[in-house]
Amino acid sequence: MPRVVELLLLLVILTSFIVLGTTRLSACIRAVAVQGLLLGLLPLALYPGGSLHIWGLAGGTVLLKGVILPRFLRWAIREAAVRREVEPRVGFALSLLVGVVAVAAAFAISRILPLPERERAMLVPVALATVIIGLFVLTTRSKAVLQVVGYLILENGVYLFGLTHVERVPFLVEVGVLLDVFVAVFIMGIVVFHINREFDSLDSTRLTELTD
Amino acid sequence: MLLLALIAVPALAAVIAYARRTPQWRATWLIVGALLHLALVTVAWVVPPLPLFKGWLALDSLGLIVLTTVSALFAVVGFYAVGYLRRESPRGGRAFASYLLAFLAAASLVAVSHHFAVLWVGLEATTLAVAPLIYHRHDRRSLEAVWKYLVISSVGIALALLGVFFLATAQAGAPSARPLVLEDLITDAARLQPAWLKAAFIFLLVGFGTKMGLAPMHTWKPDTYGEAPSLVGGLMAGALTSCAFLGLARITQVAVAADIAPFVQPLLLGFGLLSLVVAAAFLVGQTDLKRLLAYSSVEHMGLLAIGLGLGGVGAYGAVLHMINNAFVKGLLFLAVGNVLLPARDGTPPGVSGVLHRAPVSGFLLLIGLFAVTGSPPFGPFLSEFAILSAAFHGGHYWIAATVLGLLAVIFVSLGARVLGAVYGAAAPTGARESAWLAAAPVVLALVVLGLGVFIPRPLFQALAAAAGTLGGWAP
Repeated sequence: MPRVVELLLLLVILTSFIVLGTTRLSACIRAVAVQGLLLGLLPLALYPGGSLHIWGLAGGTVLLKGVILPRFLRWAIREAAVRREVEPRVGFALSLLVGVVAVAAAFAISRILPLPERERAMLVPVALATVIIGLFVLTTRSKAVLQVVGYLILENGVYLFGLTHVERVPFLVEVGVLLDVFVAVFIMGIVVFHINREFDSLDSTRLTELTD
Repeated sequence: MLLLALIAVPALAAVIAYARRTPQWRATWLIVGALLHLALVTVAWVVPPLPLFKGWLALDSLGLIVLTTVSALFAVVGFYAVGYLRRESPRGGRAFASYLLAFLAAASLVAVSHHFAVLWVGLEATTLAVAPLIYHRHDRRSLEAVWKYLVISSVGIALALLGVFFLATAQAGAPSARPLVLEDLITDAARLQPAWLKAAFIFLLVGFGTKMGLAPMHTWKPDTYGEAPSLVGGLMAGALTSCAFLGLARITQVAVAADIAPFVQPLLLGFGLLSLVVAAAFLVGQTDLKRLLAYSSVEHMGLLAIGLGLGGVGAYGAVLHMINNAFVKGLLFLAVGNVLLPARDGTPPGVSGVLHRAPVSGFLLLIGLFAVTGSPPFGPFLSEFAILSAAFHGGHYWIAATVLGLLAVIFVSLGARVLGAVYGAAAPTGARESAWLAAAPVVLALVVLGLGVFIPRPLFQALAAAAGTLGGWAP
């Protein structure tokens, strides 16, 4: 189902762009949730009539990236009563431009790199673009919750790249990805909660006491 | 089975320590776990354990050296923790000992894994086990430290995972091999796709370099080491960095086997030299003792990268320097921890004239100062000498000159601050040292001195074998 795969990958990029271009935190979280669902569908589309392994991977991804983590983030912004990103270090229009450049660069790089299999060739550039966008969101947004969103997008990019190896490299890699997202974000979430209590805000730019 | 026991024993001890309600028992389990682990490591030196799970877990010379270093340092820190827990009760109480033991289990997994994904999982686990230990005081400063630590090292570890996937892609051309298993990567090195292997090396260097604290990915280090309890700082600077170094050494082994050394060496040398420059720049005028140690750690990680990059005797020097660095950092952090302990009535300690108030710790700080700056007769002198001589023999005179110059700057800055703290005008505030607290760093000082005087035959053989896999040789 190469057509479906391409459509899904296109939607993945689209959801990343929504995060780049919106001020409302809840919209960003919704976009990341949709992206998680898309990532869960991808293994099924890539390996039609997949094994138990593929179904397990898909189910786990949908549950974790599509449901649990977004719910957790939504809880965090409700607790902290934050609605929108006030002053990103890079404006929204410029952010979208960076996103476009990232996608173009990722496709350009992927043309140079020797790709193992043609039919999954789209995966690699989309994965790289997602990684770049995630890093960008992580470094340019000031709200701690949005930084977690950026981290999730970065992880999603790594996951996308990992999908090229589902058959060849055993289960462990996927467990690694899921474990990483779950535990790291879970702990980050707890810390976000404490930041909120200590500083009365989820603004990590106010974490500036430790300097040289 | 021995390999599994090395991971299971500390993990089990962590669970038991958590289940125990009385504080005395928690400390006991910490020590029992540490000593059992050390005993198992000793067995591994005598009877080399067989590989497990299709070679995913195995113990070679390099892994054994890292494992022994971590285990020995942990045992000493475990005894120190007994004294520490009597003085201070870090928040989270019973979880404190558990997280320490969980860290030991994760570090053991890193040392025995010969599969890059397992290695990655182990490193990730060490990150997570340490995070709650930093956030022990629950105030703004430690919160800021733990946030920086989590965000920066999570990004680093995510990029490292991408590097692992790149490595798997590079190996796709050699389908008969076991994916991502170190031995097969080395055997089939000639069939690895060079472009993907190079990309994998860059991402793993950045990822593991973040965990090591190589500049410019070191920014979490001063804040984290500055805020963490000193024994946690000692474990991070000694054991955690050694695990990350092992990760970097593993991918270097593959790179050496695949003959892409001309691509890899400038990268390692560049990051290493930059770390030395950054450390020298930020050490000048630094007053906080723990932040001082953090920048010193950046310096020594830089030296490790330079040693790996130079190859030859430098590879031997790097592995030996990893051992020395672990024990010296442990020594310094524990001694500084003694100095910084508040008095029983909570009066903050005065960091001046330490020799009057805590003579043992003051003396240990002096020893640590000379050891960490690479003065004879301590261990780091030998390993830094090996790295420098590799630079001379390889004809990299400007690298040798730069390193020597920066080491001199670092010596002066460290010396000025530490001597000021040790001598200085007497400040009567602060705690007196207890036997538990003083004994642990004394043991570490003896180890550092011993390594400078005499390297036992089995250790030398293991070092030579490890250097051999890194494209180097013993002097």
